[in-house]
Amino acid sequence: MSTHPATASTRPANSEGREISMMTGLHGDAEREVPDVPPDPVMEALKLNVFYGDFHAVHDVNLSFGKHEITALIGPSGCGKSTVLRCLNRMNDLVAGARVDGEVTYHGQNIYARKVDPIAVRTQIGMVFQKPNPFPKSIYDNIAYGPRVTGMKVDNMDDLVEEALQGAALWDEVKDKLKQSAYGLSGGQQQRLCIARTIATKPDVILMDEPCSALDPIATSRIEDLMLQMRDDYTIIIVTHNMQQAARVSDRTAFFTARPDETTGNRTGLLVEFDRTSNIFANPADKRTEDYISGRFG
Amino acid sequence: MSTISSTGAGPPFGAGLPAAPDLRKKARPLETVIRTILMVSAFLSVAITVGIIFALIRPVIDFFAEVPFGDFFATEGTHAVLPLVGGTLMTTVIALLVAVPLGLGAAMYLSEYASRRARRVLKPTVELLAGVPSVVYGFFALSFVTPTLLQDILSLEVGFTNALSAGLVLGVMVIPTVASLSEDALTAVPQSMRQGSMAMGANRMQTTLRVVLPAALSGVAAAVVLGMSRAVGETMIVTLASGNLKNLSADPREDMQTMTGFIATTAGGENAVGSTSYNELFAVGMLLFLLTLVINVISIALVRRFRQVY
Amino acid sequence: MSVATSTAREVTRTVSTGRSKDKSLGSLVFLGALWFSLFFGVMVLLVLIVDTAIEGSPRFDSALITEYGSRVRPESTGFRAGILGSLWLMVFTALFAVPLGIAAALYLEEFADGDRWWNRLIELNLQNLAAVPAIVYGLLAVAVMALMGFGRSGIVLGGAIALALLILPVIIITTREAVRSVPQEIRQGSLALGATVWQTTWRQTLPSAVPGIATGTILGLSRAIGEAAPLIVVGLAGSVRFDPTGVMSEITALPMMIYSLTSNSQEEFRTAASAAIIVLLIMILGLNALAIYIRNKFQKTW
Ligand SMILES: Nc1ncnc2c1ncn2[C@@H]1O[C@H](COP(=O)(O)OP(=O)(O)O)[C@@H](O)[C@H]1O
Ligand SMILES: [Mg+2]
Repeated sequence: MSTHPATASTRPANSEGREISMMTGLHGDAEREVPDVPPDPVMEALKLNVFYGDFHAVHDVNLSFGKHEITALIGPSGCGKSTVLRCLNRMNDLVAGARVDGEVTYHGQNIYARKVDPIAVRTQIGMVFQKPNPFPKSIYDNIAYGPRVTGMKVDNMDDLVEEALQGAALWDEVKDKLKQSAYGLSGGQQQRLCIARTIATKPDVILMDEPCSALDPIATSRIEDLMLQMRDDYTIIIVTHNMQQAARVSDRTAFFTARPDETTGNRTGLLVEFDRTSNIFANPADKRTEDYISGRFG
Repeated sequence: MSTISSTGAGPPFGAGLPAAPDLRKKARPLETVIRTILMVSAFLSVAITVGIIFALIRPVIDFFAEVPFGDFFATEGTHAVLPLVGGTLMTTVIALLVAVPLGLGAAMYLSEYASRRARRVLKPTVELLAGVPSVVYGFFALSFVTPTLLQDILSLEVGFTNALSAGLVLGVMVIPTVASLSEDALTAVPQSMRQGSMAMGANRMQTTLRVVLPAALSGVAAAVVLGMSRAVGETMIVTLASGNLKNLSADPREDMQTMTGFIATTAGGENAVGSTSYNELFAVGMLLFLLTLVINVISIALVRRFRQVY
Repeated sequence: MSVATSTAREVTRTVSTGRSKDKSLGSLVFLGALWFSLFFGVMVLLVLIVDTAIEGSPRFDSALITEYGSRVRPESTGFRAGILGSLWLMVFTALFAVPLGIAAALYLEEFADGDRWWNRLIELNLQNLAAVPAIVYGLLAVAVMALMGFGRSGIVLGGAIALALLILPVIIITTREAVRSVPQEIRQGSLALGATVWQTTWRQTLPSAVPGIATGTILGLSRAIGEAAPLIVVGLAGSVRFDPTGVMSEITALPMMIYSLTSNSQEEFRTAASAAIIVLLIMILGLNALAIYIRNKFQKTW
């Protein structure tokens, strides 16, 4: 607390019950021009269907992610947000029994094509997880790990580590203890370390799966600020179940819900509405979106 | 807020990427080689089982070329195996009579009565028994159980070696096997079943015996069956303490050679490779392997069934 | 949180009311029986150790470990060859079994698709192998040695092969458990950075699993060091009177020497065997203590 007096005082710790538009305004982003459709999309999902064994988890999702935009995926728990996100860098390959139908393109290439290397995909499209998951190594080695394993050409690893930590707004806090274990950091710092670790491999797109759900409000707001800064350099896709967070940081929002199958009763996730965040929150086109946004669970 | 924006004002980072990065598959020879090595290592475990069968089968075929089947599966005669099976059966039954009640009792105490902390100390203590080498147990049977316990204290008419002494000590050795697996099974029974029983007014003993034990039955059965496998396959205790006499008898006070005892004694003596007695070693070994295989498969199946329930 | 505490409180209440009913005679007898079951084994162990130690106490001298076995001077016969032989066997057993066991375990945990029938077969097979009688591994080792052209000869190689086969399933099973206890998040974090499966295994999973693997391996070796049955079958003699010099060197092992002495009724030999048993138990206890130390000192809690 004492190390970040500015953060603590300018931003109330808990922002519940405040108007969404006001909070968006806090970042000074109210004036940001968000085009009607995603500008030169970096990634697109086309008729994406995901199955876990026989279970149809996600049905026919079409999405497009604009360059240097933040896209939020929101919706009730279990509607397939994480599943969709994991499809975007082929992390679903690692889930036994998972099967993906449809296409996910990255700069026009289908990343599920036969000749595509999932490892190459993951070096371009990084991922930050729900629970901070630093490696049981030093802070320095956490950052250096990605460049080392991917065989990135690095002139000076020290510089790269500093650059990545600067990029994740963590440098000042850890520059004197780079050789110490990452486990000594607070939860919020660990999560920013994971972001720094991802940045270090110089990705193009960063996927974040509820990156703040394990963090306290102060740590959360620091990560939100960080995302807004990173937007200039990366395309960011974030899953969140916190609607205010989506409203605060994202340019565009996709709302998912789950619909039970008539015969099996399995809840299959589907995309309800995808629009500029301001539209989704101010005048949603779909009744289900409106119910969800206003807290009436649909 | 100010701290954050000032620290973040580094040079643009990650910008200016090529529009269409190369995603094509790269050859990773090291990865392939290592994966193959690991896979071969894993398949080697299957090769071991196949190897056991192959190792045994040649001498077994040679053996049955010289000794008719009927002479082997006979109750009497130089090559009769049934007295050995009887000896194994006798020592195993005695062992289970010791190990099942005591092992199960220990398991019930550990899972139903002991505090978490007590269990952490007591369980390894019980398992210590499994760490004692069997040759030490065999020596103990000869130097203490037979002379002091059986002859002096219980005044039984037994000789230096006898099936009873071997079986009793064998039982002690098997206790941890039964206790450990039973305890796992009992602990896996959901807490809600105990709460339900106690809510209906049952006390702990009733809950343990009428609710938890029946619910864990197939797991406990697996433990008993695995204990049986251990008793059948154990060698040194019976070699030392049960005697070297092929003896089909129902009197545990007599000497009785077991299958494992026969293999150890015969192998320890002078037998030319390829001689009938050398081959007989493998014939008995094959029978022992198949017998324990069947027992093990039953135990594994029981565990599977138990796991499916919980 | 509040749900958990209230449930816990409820359990405590049920338990305490249950306990008041546990005061009946039947319950007390039952509890007494359980206590007896639990401590019976410990009592036996105590009797065994005390009885053996008393019987062996006249021979707690340096000759016990420095002298070779002697038929003519039973009062100063020693177990030097057996102790050295057991140590040699342990080293070679570990050399054979540990790399193989770890490799197999890593394949099964990190690479194999558990739904494939052959991987399920390996699984079933391992569970069975862990319960195959030790003496059968002796027979298998004889066959393996015969394939290599050595036949039944009591050399280091044969003994180590038998013991390595014996503890291989133990090492595979404990390594798998150690590897499994490394959280999935670590693997995902590594893979998401573009690491390959092997890089993830080698740089993340394996280092974190080392304490668990070491513990399991040492416990496996402590089982191997006490085994006599497979060594008898392989052809180890109890009467070797020289130090091992190489893998082809003829050796004996401590349990083998104890075995060959127990059939001897001469009092001095029984005393020596008792003392040797104490030495063997100390070696095993030392290994177990080392395993526990490693587990407590280095084991990560996630
Ligand atoms: N590894 C998996 N195996 C099987 N089913 C899964 C797996 N992961 C998620 N699911 C199922 O897929 C559905 C969507 O899950 P998820 O994508 O995690 O939802 P969300 O992130 O929106 O909460 C859920 O019904 C969930 O149970
Ligand atoms: Mg999720």
